[in-house]
Amino acid sequence: MSAVVLDGVEVRYGKQVALAPYSGRVEPGEWIALIGPNGAGKSSLLKAIAGLVRATGSVVVGDVALDGTDSRRRARQVAYVAQEPLIPDDMSVFDYVLLGRTPYIGYFGTESAHDRDVVRGVIDRLRLGAFTDRMLGSMSGGERQRVVLARALAQEAPVLLLDEPTSALDIGHQQQALELVTELREHLAITVISAMHDLTLAGTYADRLVMLDQGNVVASGSAVEVLTAERLGEVFHVCVTVDVDPSDGAVIVVPRRGFPV
Amino acid sequence: MTAVEPKPTTPECVARDGRVDAPAVSEVSAPPVTRRRRETTWVLAGLAFLVGAVIVGASIGPAGPPGWRVPLALLDHLPLISIDSGVSDAEWNIVWQIRMPRVVLGGLVGAMLSVAGASYQGVFRNPLVDPYLLGAAAGGGLGATLVLTTGRDVTAGWPVDPVQLVAFAFALGTVAVTYSVGASFGAKRNGATLVLAGIAVVSFATAIQTFLLQRNLDVVREVFQWILGRLSGATWSDVVTVAPYVVVSVVVLMLHRRHLDVFRVGDDEATTLGVSVQRTRLIIVAAATLGTAAVVSVSGLIGFVGLVVPHVVRLMAGASYRLLIPLSLLFGGGFLILADVAGRQLMSPAETPIGVVTAFVGAPFFIYLLRTRKVT
Repeated sequence: MSAVVLDGVEVRYGKQVALAPYSGRVEPGEWIALIGPNGAGKSSLLKAIAGLVRATGSVVVGDVALDGTDSRRRARQVAYVAQEPLIPDDMSVFDYVLLGRTPYIGYFGTESAHDRDVVRGVIDRLRLGAFTDRMLGSMSGGERQRVVLARALAQEAPVLLLDEPTSALDIGHQQQALELVTELREHLAITVISAMHDLTLAGTYADRLVMLDQGNVVASGSAVEVLTAERLGEVFHVCVTVDVDPSDGAVIVVPRRGFPV
Repeated sequence: MTAVEPKPTTPECVARDGRVDAPAVSEVSAPPVTRRRRETTWVLAGLAFLVGAVIVGASIGPAGPPGWRVPLALLDHLPLISIDSGVSDAEWNIVWQIRMPRVVLGGLVGAMLSVAGASYQGVFRNPLVDPYLLGAAAGGGLGATLVLTTGRDVTAGWPVDPVQLVAFAFALGTVAVTYSVGASFGAKRNGATLVLAGIAVVSFATAIQTFLLQRNLDVVREVFQWILGRLSGATWSDVVTVAPYVVVSVVVLMLHRRHLDVFRVGDDEATTLGVSVQRTRLIIVAAATLGTAAVVSVSGLIGFVGLVVPHVVRLMAGASYRLLIPLSLLFGGGFLILADVAGRQLMSPAETPIGVVTAFVGAPFFIYLLRTRKVT
C-alpha cells in the first residue's frame, strides 16, 4: 500500500492555469473522488500524476518520486484509465490486457511467462475468461470498461487513476463498474483517485471528495461536508436539494428545476 | 395540490455479488500454445511464399535454360548438395548474373517497403499512410530529377551512380525537413501534425520537381521511367548497395514490434504504460525512412506495395505487429518478385512498369479481401 503525496502540483496550458498549485496526501488504500464543473482541473490533476502533462511540483508514491523523466518507473507506480480510451477494434482482449505489462518488459524484451500469468489472473479475476480471444470491437460498452480496467490492473501499480470511469455507461453498468473498483481496492489494496461527474455516486463510493473549481480546491472532506446545496449552487450554478438518508448516511443530490438564487 | 405521503423507496441491496474473487472454472483462458502454433504456421507460410516467388522469378525469362531445370540448378549450387541439373555454365550465368540480382533486389525492395509501410501506419495510427508519407519518395524524385536535368557532364567524374546517391540524400533530407517543420508546430506530441507537415513538404518538393521538368522537357521520359519504378537492369552491385540499409532498417523495426502494438492504444496510453512515445516514434520513423530512401534511390517509386501489403497481411493473419512486421517482410518481398515476373511477361518483350503491375494486381485482390474478410 502506498500513500500519494502531492506537493505544489501545478498545470498550465500556455498562460492559462488549469490547476493552481495543489498539495495534498492520499492515504494508502483510500479512494478520493475529484469533483467539480467541466474545466475545473480534475483531469489536469490526474494527467499530472500520470505524467501526461507538464506539471511543476512533485508527486511521490510510497517512497518513489515521480517527477523524473523515467516513464517506466512511473508506470509501475501509477495506472491510468483515460476518459475515452482508444480501443483498437481488431485487438484481442488478451493482447490488450497484456499491454499492461509493458512497464515490466525491457526495451528489446518480450513478455515472460510470469507476465502472461499475471494477465490470465487479472482476466479471470474480472470474469473476462470467456472473452480472452474476443476482439475488442465486438464487445459492449460495459465489457470494454472491464477490459480497460483489467489492462490497468495488469500494471500491478499501487495507485489507480480513473478519469470519468462511468461517463459512457448506463446506470446499471455504472454501479457494476464502481462496485468492481471497490472490491478490487479492498482485495488488492489499491489507492484510487478518480474524477467523477455524478455527485451522488462519487459521495457513495469514495472515502473523500475533493471539489475543484477553476483550478482551485474549494472543499475537501466527506460527502456530507462537501456536498451542500449552497456550495453546489455556487460552484456548479445549479439548483439542487441534498438529502441525507438517515439509515446509512448516503448523500443524495437531486437536481431541481430553476436556477440558484 | 394533494400532499403525497412519502414512501420509502430504497430496495434491499446486497453488499456484494461475489464476482471478483472466485474465477469460474469453465472460463479459463485459452492456452498460449495455440497462439504460438498459429504464428509459426503463418511465418512458415510466408517463408514458403517467398521461396516460391524466388524460384519462379529465377525460372522465368526470355533466354536461358528451360524453367523446370532452374530449381534443380539452384539446389545444385547449395552447399553439400550435388544434382545434375543439365544446366550449362552459360545458362547458369544468365540465371545467376541477370535474373537473380533482379529477383533479390525485388525481394529486398518489396520487403522493405512493406515493413516500412506497416511501421509508418503503426506509428501514426493511420491506415492510409504509406512509406512515402513524409517525403522519402518526393525527395528522392526531386533529387533524381535534379541530376537528370543538370546534364551528365556535371556528374561525370563521380565514382557512384549520381542519380542513386542524390536521390538517396534528398529522400533522407526531405524527411528530415518534414520532421523539423512538424516538430516546430508541436508534432513531437502529436503524430497527426507530422502527417500534415509531410503533406506540405511533399507538395513543395513536387512543385520544384514539376518546375524543373517543365523547363527541361527533353528529360521528361527519363524522369518518368524513374518515377514509375523499375527493377530492370538490376545488378549484384545494386543489391550490395541497398542490402546494408535494408538489413539495418528491418532489424530495428523488427525489434520495435512490441512498441508498435503499444502505439495502437494511443500516445497518452502508451505514455502511461511507460513508453517514451516521442523517442520511440523518432527511432521507428528514422529506421523506416533509411530503408525506404535506399530502395527508392535504386528502384524508383514503386507504389502500392507499402500501403497494401500490410493491410492484406492484417486481413489474413490479424493486426498484431509482432506478426504483422515479419509477415509483411515475407509476403511483401514475394509479392514484388511475382509482380516483377508479371511485368516482364505481360507485354513481352516490352516491360510493363512494375508500379503499374503492383497496383493492377494488388488493388483488385485488396478489394476482394475487404469484401470477404471475416467479421469477428
